[in-house]
Amino acid sequence: MRPSVILGYVLVLATSQLLGQATQKPPVHPAPQDAAHAQTADKSQNGGEDGQRVFQQNCARCHNAPSGFPPSISGTVAHHMRVRANLSEKEYKALLSFFNP
Amino acid sequence: MTNSRRFRDTHRADPFYCDDMVYWKTTWRQNMSRTAVCSFVLMLLFGIADSSQSQDIPLISGGAGFLTQTNGGNTTYIPTIAPVLEFPISNRVLIESKANLLESVFPRPNRGYDTSHYVALAYLQADLQVTSHTTITGGYFYTPFNTFIERLSPFWINNFTDGPLISSIGIGSPSGSALGGMVRGNAFQNRTISITYDAYFSAKTANEQFSSKRLLGDRVSFFFPKLGLEAGTSFNRILQGKRSNNAGAHLWWTPPNSRFRFRSEYAHAAHAQGYWVEFASQLTDSGDTAGPLERLEPVFRFQQTLRNARDSTDGLPVANTQRADFGLNYRLKHELRINTSYSRRFSSTGNTNIWQTGVVYRFLFPAWRSK
Repeated sequence: MRPSVILGYVLVLATSQLLGQATQKPPVHPAPQDAAHAQTADKSQNGGEDGQRVFQQNCARCHNAPSGFPPSISGTVAHHMRVRANLSEKEYKALLSFFNP
Repeated sequence: MTNSRRFRDTHRADPFYCDDMVYWKTTWRQNMSRTAVCSFVLMLLFGIADSSQSQDIPLISGGAGFLTQTNGGNTTYIPTIAPVLEFPISNRVLIESKANLLESVFPRPNRGYDTSHYVALAYLQADLQVTSHTTITGGYFYTPFNTFIERLSPFWINNFTDGPLISSIGIGSPSGSALGGMVRGNAFQNRTISITYDAYFSAKTANEQFSSKRLLGDRVSFFFPKLGLEAGTSFNRILQGKRSNNAGAHLWWTPPNSRFRFRSEYAHAAHAQGYWVEFASQLTDSGDTAGPLERLEPVFRFQQTLRNARDSTDGLPVANTQRADFGLNYRLKHELRINTSYSRRFSSTGNTNIWQTGVVYRFLFPAWRSK
């Protein structure tokens, strides 16, 4: 394999990484949520922040977040992630709170 | 007291009426089976009744795709669908199942197409949360050996259309699953480290849908959240035929606040070993709001397998092999993704080019409407 092909590919990877950092946006919440409601309750907000951390550290490590899902299955999604990612009960509750602030 | 009454009356009948013990035990087993089935149905009904008013509606997820592969000039078209069912019985019990359905279509010059199909259950398991940090799983589950099978093998997650060459090491069956029981959970956790474990036993079965080897194994992972680094080891012993050990290790790095991903695995079987490393870089994770260029995801994977003796059972190439995969994926709106890759495979049996493309759709919706 030509070294130039490999070099070219590495350059594409590096450029994309730089572009990605330059165009970084706040992550979109995987589930629909009412932001106003989240801001009214400190407890829920803290839970949401913890849940977002749990989501980023555990779920997003393997796969992209779905663009959205109905609140009626948020508990099932969190339950599935609890099993797959070996989450503790506290993390599970934080994730649930993140999905449903 | 009649004989017919005697057997059904009381357990104390057993030691006193030895002649009829076989009959009694059979009846007892049948009753137990019926009781278990009835209990399961009742649990499902209560689960449905309970879940239909909460956030625990059962869901159907999975992916559908159309994949193509041209390997050394031979092209295969693969339409496929893999539905996943997640059915919570209560807030502590979850039933999970996934199936793989695919059709392989091989064009033949001047002879139309040859086809073959594959339908298999990937897993069917029940998960019970026994404590705040421990889960017991029973049934047919993905073998927790290294990371690929359990985390990345669904084609709507995997960055490439096919899996790594070493993904057949350490698993209970060709589908990646094992039939038995597993204990898994979080052993220790604080702000800087999280230690998780999986310990499992699998029985030997030749059933068409639940084929499995007799295995005993474990996996331990250490995750450092501040660094985004995960390292782990896997081990299992095959307790049938020529008993042998499989060992593995994995290293993942996802730097915080970055979309760069590094994943790697090493696996060692009785007569072969190998590794793969994968680098991927997403431009954004903002889903449907991303711009056209931000949807690109370049991916690179390098893998190598080494063989020390012939063994047709481990699924690895018959000769030492190196392979480099260059992929460029594009995420469209509405959970659609296009995967493309070019691979060059180097082996003493011949060097080949492999071209792969795939259009993959990921779906996720409730199994029924909530109240």
